[in-house]
Amino acid sequence: MQIEKHRAQSIKIPKDEVLRYLGYGKNTAEGRSGVLIDECIRAVTAVLDCRACYAEFDIAKKDGNLIDLGFTAVHSEALTKNLDGCDKIVLFTATIGMETDRLIQKYSQVLPSRAVVFQAVGAAAIEEYCDFLSCEIAEKYALRDLYPRPRFSPGYGDFPISCQKNIFDVLDCTRKIGVMLTDGMLMMPSKSVSAIIGFSKERTSCAESDCSGCGKTDCAFRRI
Amino acid sequence: MNILGKLKSGLVYFDGGTGSMLQSMGLLPGEQPELWNLTHPDEIIALHKSYIAAGCDIINANTFGANPLKFDGKNLPGFEKIIKAAMGNARAACCDSDGKKVYVALDIGPLGRLLKPLGTLAFEAAVNAFAKMVRIGAENGADLVLIETMNDSYETKAAVLAAKENCSLPIFVTNAYDESGKLMTGATPAAMVALLEGLGADAIGMNCGLGPRQMKKILPELIKYSSVPVIVTPNAGLPKMRGSVTVYDVDPEEFAADMAEIAKMGASILGGCCGTTPEHIRRMIEHTRGFVPAPVSKKDFTMVSSYTHAAVFDKKPLLIGERINPTGKKRFKEALRKHNLDYILNEGISQQEHGADILDVNVGLPEIDEPKMLCECIERLQGVTNLPLQIDTSDFGAMERAMRIYNGKPMVNSVNGKAESMEKIFPLVKKYGGVVVALTLDESGIPDTPKGRAKIAEKIYKTAAMYGIEKKDIVVDTLVMTVSSDKNAASTTLDTLKIIKKDFDGKTSLGVSNVSFGLPNREFINSTFFAMALASGLDAAIMNPFSQEMMKSYYSFCALSGIDERCEEYIDFASSVTVTMQENASACVEKSDGSGLKGAIIKGLKEAASEMAAELLKTKQPLEIIDGEIIPALNFVGKGFESKTLFLPQLLISAETAKSAFEVIKRSIGRQAGGKKCKVIVATVFGDIHDIGKNIVKVLLESYNFDVIDLGKDVPPEKIVKTAKEENVPLVGLSALMTTTVPAMENTIKLLREQMPECRVMVGGAVLTQEYADMMGADSYSKDAMGAVHYAEKVYNEIKKI
Repeated sequence: MQIEKHRAQSIKIPKDEVLRYLGYGKNTAEGRSGVLIDECIRAVTAVLDCRACYAEFDIAKKDGNLIDLGFTAVHSEALTKNLDGCDKIVLFTATIGMETDRLIQKYSQVLPSRAVVFQAVGAAAIEEYCDFLSCEIAEKYALRDLYPRPRFSPGYGDFPISCQKNIFDVLDCTRKIGVMLTDGMLMMPSKSVSAIIGFSKERTSCAESDCSGCGKTDCAFRRI
Repeated sequence: MNILGKLKSGLVYFDGGTGSMLQSMGLLPGEQPELWNLTHPDEIIALHKSYIAAGCDIINANTFGANPLKFDGKNLPGFEKIIKAAMGNARAACCDSDGKKVYVALDIGPLGRLLKPLGTLAFEAAVNAFAKMVRIGAENGADLVLIETMNDSYETKAAVLAAKENCSLPIFVTNAYDESGKLMTGATPAAMVALLEGLGADAIGMNCGLGPRQMKKILPELIKYSSVPVIVTPNAGLPKMRGSVTVYDVDPEEFAADMAEIAKMGASILGGCCGTTPEHIRRMIEHTRGFVPAPVSKKDFTMVSSYTHAAVFDKKPLLIGERINPTGKKRFKEALRKHNLDYILNEGISQQEHGADILDVNVGLPEIDEPKMLCECIERLQGVTNLPLQIDTSDFGAMERAMRIYNGKPMVNSVNGKAESMEKIFPLVKKYGGVVVALTLDESGIPDTPKGRAKIAEKIYKTAAMYGIEKKDIVVDTLVMTVSSDKNAASTTLDTLKIIKKDFDGKTSLGVSNVSFGLPNREFINSTFFAMALASGLDAAIMNPFSQEMMKSYYSFCALSGIDERCEEYIDFASSVTVTMQENASACVEKSDGSGLKGAIIKGLKEAASEMAAELLKTKQPLEIIDGEIIPALNFVGKGFESKTLFLPQLLISAETAKSAFEVIKRSIGRQAGGKKCKVIVATVFGDIHDIGKNIVKVLLESYNFDVIDLGKDVPPEKIVKTAKEENVPLVGLSALMTTTVPAMENTIKLLREQMPECRVMVGGAVLTQEYADMMGADSYSKDAMGAVHYAEKVYNEIKKI
């Protein structure tokens, strides 16, 4: 097993996603809040420190919904469905760094309006970085005629969040990219993501990345 | 001869990578390397031996992650067992080293948890965890402690303190910098040198993360500031796949050549980290054998630090913001008594925005628990500003506790020539590190003559030296007295200052504004005196960064004395003054659009709203303004939020604007009638550190004029109940984000019901639902902050009726 490290010099934080996280739906932000959102996007962009580490594993489906991920085995119907037809996965942890947390923490105490926007900008930024990273990985695998599934994280559906511990052990995230895990299985810096990307020989459409794969249909942030 | 003695005779060599070597010997991905001390002792001993054969002087016992948080004796064996076995293996490997003395380091890596305030681990809990490792390591024959791969300055401090307090072994420290030349939590090499030298580390440097070539870029800064030997132990570059095998892109020969250059640049302790092999180490030693490093020289920088950077007393004078001090400030005292830290945090942030380099922190009031308050303020301030802090207290106990928990090398205010003061303060400076302000007064008072004051400074320098504190860590304050009571006051201060500069080449600081006590328009005198002091060589001033007169003097002085090259800073400052004037003008335009205070709140125009509130107070009653303008505006945005025509940022901006209008009204009516609605406690429950939702509720409740008591995050049930009882609070709002902390919420409600059945409880947070809330027995569940306001209004109206 080989742990690869990844860095991105700059990513563009999508404003429409920031608005979605802030609950705007398709509405635009005007006046002071529009200015505030632009300012916060600039401030986060200036302190982004995008890093990731990832590794490839061979996987095997066992009885029922038990699946051997190569670094641990889990029971999960949702993950088994996501990885149907795959025999390899890439496991990654990505982060946009500590400074966004500092901004959120600072303003959470003195100016919550700004903290709330930083929170949304951070969320949009880490998702954007994950998309960027997934694309790069997918391009590499396309050379080997392997095609990706939508990425899947602990906590999605019945994929247990306790799996984070195994992920952190095997990817050595703390040492490689400075991401730590709390007792409650949350990552620090908070704007970090760990996920699995399944790879198979067949090309499947990535339609599921638009939320249709998720069972929580009453979610306020649902895209469809 | 111990390792420090050996260091005097030439280069010293560490071993190379452990994890990467063990993987090639069969360690599985995700398997804990430290377990091999128990399961594969022969392999571990063989690995150590191969490094000894390569010629290294120090081997690292395989104890990197053997900390009590990970090896807790439950899921994994206890850390004691691991460390004992690891030390045994290392010692066994040293047995047949052909008579050559090989030293064994107790290797301490990060705990894998982030410390508060960003993370969850308390500073003292980290110190305790490291202390346990150090004690077992020292008992089992370690020759030195190596604290390595640390990427957080605060955790580094915890580890060094633990080592100092629990053994007498030499302490070596290396940090993991990244390509930008900083630690993950933001510290520069200069900041780490300041912190670690202050704490008394015996050698400092860097490891892991980077290859030798990248480390060469960071090395000059470490060498420039460090007065102790510098350690460099890089990775063998970056891992790459060649076929199906992993190789690191820097081979032994290249590594050795780079390390030879690193030695020439001034590093005197060399070794390798991830990916380096005995062959890398052997070649490195071959390439550098016989090279005699230049002796490590004492550096003369006076520097304090925060968790990101060092403030160096150099040509450019430093501004120490004086605003966090209750003396003569009614609102500040009130904030301290009411435990309203927001006020203090805002003072900190604004002073930084106005150009302060360091913030003085004084929270001394006779009726408060100063040690507790001082520590809390320091912790909270370090959550909102990255400026170095000056700990200002006359309570020695408070001073020690604050210096201990401070993340960085603090400025200490102050010591003086009295024997008692020096006996109390110098041991603290020696232990925790710090730059101390030395006041030129002693048992016989303040001398009238420059000579007399300089003599006291000399006494302080000499006494400090006996404690091992160098002159560079003393900043002399030649004491500013009021010129209105003594016409020679200013000249005595400045003449003393000149003596300190000329005779001692010392650093100086003054509390400038004392000079004008008793005079009208004090800023006139202050700013001119400030300019005179700067011209006399003043290095730092405790002053008010909000005073434009003072800042004018400062930026003008820097431009005129050639410190501000091309006058850039002066131009920035001077043009910002013009911009502010224009902004004020445009605020007036916004104000005159006819929508009044209500419109300003809806639009979120803070300055305009405050001005209008002040204006309205001239003609209207406070209650009229509140009911006629502020509340309707808030209701307007609240309704918009609920019907999704307007969104969270707008709602909050308006709430913050309403709050600032309230502040103006409050100031004018004081504490009399027409004040606040009922008290409400808000808190994030025990074990949970997510407070953004709680803070949103807080600002909305405040904007509706509730008297909010914010107990913060991670609050034990007992504290909530105790406060509710003491303050006789009718409503408590609890927030939890994680499913794992919902039980803490339930316990809090249970305890409240037992001890204060009349108190209502409302709950909210990401994972909560109405169903959950009912199950826990909460009186109300709110899906958002407006819901909390509605319920609070309901409770308030019910109380009013009674």
